[in-house]
Amino acid sequence: MAREMTGAEMVVEALKDQGVDVIFGYPGGAVLPIYDVLFDHQHAIRHVLVRHEQGAAHAAEGYARSSGRPGVMLVTSGPGATNSVTGLTDALMDSIPVVCITGQAPTHLIGSDAFQECDTVGITRHCTKHNYLVRSIDDLPRILHEAFYVAQHGRPGPVVIDIPKDVQFARGLYSGPQNIEHKTYRPKLEGDPEKIEQAVSMMGAAKRPLFYTGGGVINAGPEASRLLRELVAATGFPITSTLMGLGAYPASGKNWLGMLGMHGTYEANNAMHDCDVMICIGARFDDRITGRLDQFSPGSKKIHIDIDPSSINKNVKVDLGIVGDCAHVAAALLDRWRARGLRADAAALKKWWAEIGKWRARKSLAYKNSSKVIQPQWAIERLYAATKGRDCYITTEVGQHQMWAAQHYHFEAPNRLMTSGGLGTMGYGLPAAIGAQMAHPRALVIDVAGEGSILMNIQELSTAAQYQLPVKVFILNNEYLGMVRQWQELLHGGRYSHSYSEALPDFVKLAEAFGAHGIRCDDPADLDAAIAEMIETPKAVVFDCRIDKTANCLPMIPSGKAHNEMILPDDEDLEAEIDAAGKALV
Amino acid sequence: MNAPAAPLSPYSSALGKSNVETHTLSVLVDNEPGVLARVVGLFSGRGYNIESLTVAEVAHAEHLSRITIVTSGPPEAIEQVGHQLERLVPIHTVTDLTLRGSAIERELAMIKVCGTGGNRDEALRLADAFRARVIDATTESFVFELTGAAAKIDQFVELMRPIGLVEVSRTGVAAMSRGKDPM
Ligand SMILES: Cc1ncc(C[n+]2csc(CCOP(=O)(O)OP(=O)(O)O)c2C)c(N)n1
Ligand SMILES: [Mg+2]
Repeated sequence: MAREMTGAEMVVEALKDQGVDVIFGYPGGAVLPIYDVLFDHQHAIRHVLVRHEQGAAHAAEGYARSSGRPGVMLVTSGPGATNSVTGLTDALMDSIPVVCITGQAPTHLIGSDAFQECDTVGITRHCTKHNYLVRSIDDLPRILHEAFYVAQHGRPGPVVIDIPKDVQFARGLYSGPQNIEHKTYRPKLEGDPEKIEQAVSMMGAAKRPLFYTGGGVINAGPEASRLLRELVAATGFPITSTLMGLGAYPASGKNWLGMLGMHGTYEANNAMHDCDVMICIGARFDDRITGRLDQFSPGSKKIHIDIDPSSINKNVKVDLGIVGDCAHVAAALLDRWRARGLRADAAALKKWWAEIGKWRARKSLAYKNSSKVIQPQWAIERLYAATKGRDCYITTEVGQHQMWAAQHYHFEAPNRLMTSGGLGTMGYGLPAAIGAQMAHPRALVIDVAGEGSILMNIQELSTAAQYQLPVKVFILNNEYLGMVRQWQELLHGGRYSHSYSEALPDFVKLAEAFGAHGIRCDDPADLDAAIAEMIETPKAVVFDCRIDKTANCLPMIPSGKAHNEMILPDDEDLEAEIDAAGKALV
Repeated sequence: MNAPAAPLSPYSSALGKSNVETHTLSVLVDNEPGVLARVVGLFSGRGYNIESLTVAEVAHAEHLSRITIVTSGPPEAIEQVGHQLERLVPIHTVTDLTLRGSAIERELAMIKVCGTGGNRDEALRLADAFRARVIDATTESFVFELTGAAAKIDQFVELMRPIGLVEVSRTGVAAMSRGKDPM
């Protein structure tokens, strides 16, 4: 069945065999043979010409996260590869399956500091799940298919395939993806049955149980979210989630406590602190989540379900670690819970919910609204109200606006929020929105942005124009690198060193220059109409939403504090809350 | 006055307080370009210690190499090292020989000693006691070859120091589990 062809043809053939129909890329000398083959396959593979390779990487991430399929990017050697590094790192931190094909100087020039040569596999070794330098045409078909396998199986992540130009020209035998499995890499999907029994017993005996879930549930596919919902319904336990896990359990669900962590809700964080059995599914006890580690949920027995054995006992020692895929383990838990006829301790659970009710009554997401100036929380609420019920995908940049979006936009389904969680990459949102829009051409895709972040990959508006992608950029413009300003207020006595966004462009004119539609709104009374205009506009929109410049993102667990030491919106003196040790943390 | 409290890092958890142990890990890998860089990079990137590292191909037809790493840290950190190594795609197996217990560990060293007269006699006597072989000799020097556990080599080197130790070259530890079962 093997057919003879060139390396460049193999790349395109492998993409087709892998079911890839969209790639994000930017050409250059070292990938010209592949681009030449793409020229003949434009009907099968749509190539999106980004305006910067970082954009290609984030677009591939947005595509992957919103569709559940791997994102593919194609860039040239040297600067093409180095420009991709931030996006690859982002995908590694958030476990997003991305296959990145890079061109390389011809084999005989490798190591000679040739034009646009760089040690791509060396540079990307630390920011990929795995990478390959293809030294021979004979290895190319296997590596291409193996890369897709590795990117998607186990804990997903980015994989780089570095292909020297002579290998792209060389002829060899191509074989398809049949039986492509890695010879050693075989992630474990099923949880250990004995541990499942133990977990179910612990859940049955719990008095103050809590589900704490994360991006792993979303990565495990829609079935995992469905099973999680069933598990929550069957047990009646409360549930909270990390930023990356939002939507796996619906925000309208009655057991939902809201997001946890540094900007999580009072009820979620206090429940984490006071629970007696914590069931962590596909989350990783990140420092944004745990707060002060030595006071993290001191009284609880912890169950941790993760496909990556290295996540278990990494930051927090747990009582029961179960290695496996979230969907498989959730199914097994549910199965055993039912088969053993277990029920939550109704009296204890009632008491626990009553306690949670008291925390909820603190209304930690409350804010003072104003009729004069748009409050950021209100802007997100209105955005939510206007888009509710629509087929809508939200991406974000990084900063206060990201947290406000997470707090006040209510996610009902998985794969609907694309945000840079682990790396916190400003400039992620617009290219990610382009990727999501490519995956869902008819959906409404909105990048909730800050005026600072959006300028980091603003060039991608040109991509949106070229492919007529109607992405909406909703900028919460506070004229500040707001999250930096907030920390300077809290930690540095209000010395606002270099955090004012000076010399901002006129975003309406900027939109027009890029062929998009520009909207500006600074009056709360006009907001709903302006949002409606944005949604109705059939092309890309840049919405300059002028908000309160000094609003802070609360509630907040100050650095170095525990879950039960949150700053709430009605606290007076914010600065006094953080001690010297806390100030040293990020 | 009270000493200022040590700054609390989110990374130095309750985990960090336990005792430091030394473990020998035996890692079977695909012998492909860059695999050693991946392993070493993992240690430096995550701040783990390498006390010794040896690597060589052990099965030519299958392209397999064995890397033997002696690392030190709290037991939880060493468990992490093992899991992080297992995440690397070209790695087949990671065995913590210290956890398994009673592994055999050997190292080879060459030790150059320089001296005259009574020192030469003393060096030879000690070498004999340690079963070190002379593999090079001049009228003023010897090079000894010594195989054994790392501690035995340490001890020999210390004894040679006052006699006229010039330099030492060691291979690092190779290790294997006892009994009939493979690692
Ligand atoms: C590439 C990058 N550089 C720097 C930072 C540090 N940083 C985090 S939030 C932030 C401010 C973002 O400002 P803006 O986009 O206006 O969002 P706001 O916080 O005002 O909502 C900065 C500089 C980062 N996360 N990413
Ligand atoms: Mg801002």
